[in-house]
Amino acid sequence: MSTPAAPQPQATPATSLLKTLGLVSTVCGLIIVGAYQGTYDAAAANRRLALERTVFKVVPAAKSMAEWQATPQGIRPAAGEPAAGAVKFYAAYDAQGVLAGIAAEGAAKGYADTVRILYGYSPACQCITGFGLVSSKETPGIGDKIVTDREFLANFEALDVKLNAELSALANEVKAVKHGSKANPWQIDAIAGATVTSRAVGKAINDSAQLLLPKLVPELEKLGKKPS
Amino acid sequence: MSDLAQARTFDEFLEGIWRQNPVFVMVLGMCPTLAVTVSAVNALSMGLATAFVLVCSCGLVSLIRNIVPKEVRIATYIVIIATFVTVVDYVIQAVSLAVYEALGAFIQLIVVNCIILGRAEAHASKHPPLTAMVNALGMSIGFVIGLLALGTVREILGAGTLFGFSLFGANFQPWVVMVLPPGGFIVLGAWLLLFAALKRRKEARLVAPGGGHGA
Repeated sequence: MSTPAAPQPQATPATSLLKTLGLVSTVCGLIIVGAYQGTYDAAAANRRLALERTVFKVVPAAKSMAEWQATPQGIRPAAGEPAAGAVKFYAAYDAQGVLAGIAAEGAAKGYADTVRILYGYSPACQCITGFGLVSSKETPGIGDKIVTDREFLANFEALDVKLNAELSALANEVKAVKHGSKANPWQIDAIAGATVTSRAVGKAINDSAQLLLPKLVPELEKLGKKPS
Repeated sequence: MSDLAQARTFDEFLEGIWRQNPVFVMVLGMCPTLAVTVSAVNALSMGLATAFVLVCSCGLVSLIRNIVPKEVRIATYIVIIATFVTVVDYVIQAVSLAVYEALGAFIQLIVVNCIILGRAEAHASKHPPLTAMVNALGMSIGFVIGLLALGTVREILGAGTLFGFSLFGANFQPWVVMVLPPGGFIVLGAWLLLFAALKRRKEARLVAPGGGHGA
């Protein structure tokens, strides 16, 4: 006589599995969309505020700003999607609406990841007047000295970015040099121990300025007054 | 609620804070514990973000525990956890971009934090919503305490500040290794050592009542 087989556990029907998964996905989808809608404005305002704060930091006299783009055909206020090959920059105006300076973004590979910066350009002296960090993952205590080290920041009080006679490129390439060997106003005295990050700042400024300034400088008068 | 049920709920709450502390006792969720605790603010933000995800997902998992067939339970739990992580991601962006930048990819990585899936599977799927959420809240507070224990020590030694306020003045020479990854392991090791020593002392006292040493 054979022993009776143990009762087989009932298989869960496929419809029940699908129903559960469908229900859970729907509820979760609603929660996500609700959170997205609910926080979108605040997050966008936060991003705009952070950008404005950095622009006002690198152009200290600024009280308001406008977004522009430099295209091969000339510069124009940014509206909608940027054209291919266009470089974005910010015109910063003082309290009277007079151009106080230009701010533009630059990026270069640092020690850990891409270092993204925003630098201020003064048309009056044709020089860089300061820079701020947009994002960086550089080593705390070493690479992140680029925004705290006074000696390093002094490099950016009047960093020379004059154009050459044809206005086609910078007269001298901006470059970070070994600590203590800065000899010219277009060189950056690197922080000892954080040479890679210092170089990234130099390269970010150089790459961006080489692209932007030849397009921007010939048309500077367009920026003269704040567009109303 | 009866006294017994109340006592049990309170027990559930204390479980995660002390006896089953996720960081010091269970040694779970080490990825964010070591990676983001370079400062007290980061530790606190990470702890609160994880707490939100843990409590909400345990509540929802417990609420639907009777209708989820066991064949699809892991998929369901992960979808629920990922949902609340996405919510917390949006909320942090809306509250503070600085915190969002500092925590970076570790916010999204809360999805795979083993404390949360562990709680959903081991506790929330077997208990009613209130108990599950109380237990999750206790665990969360235990996790926040664990992260803060690392974050404060690392910030004080590695930067000379606490919550951004300078403690030792301008002449302080920071102990930089403390805010680098090895510092995370050193400080965690020191805390685990302390907890192990406390546990051993307590056990010795239990073995030899009257205050004498066990050995």
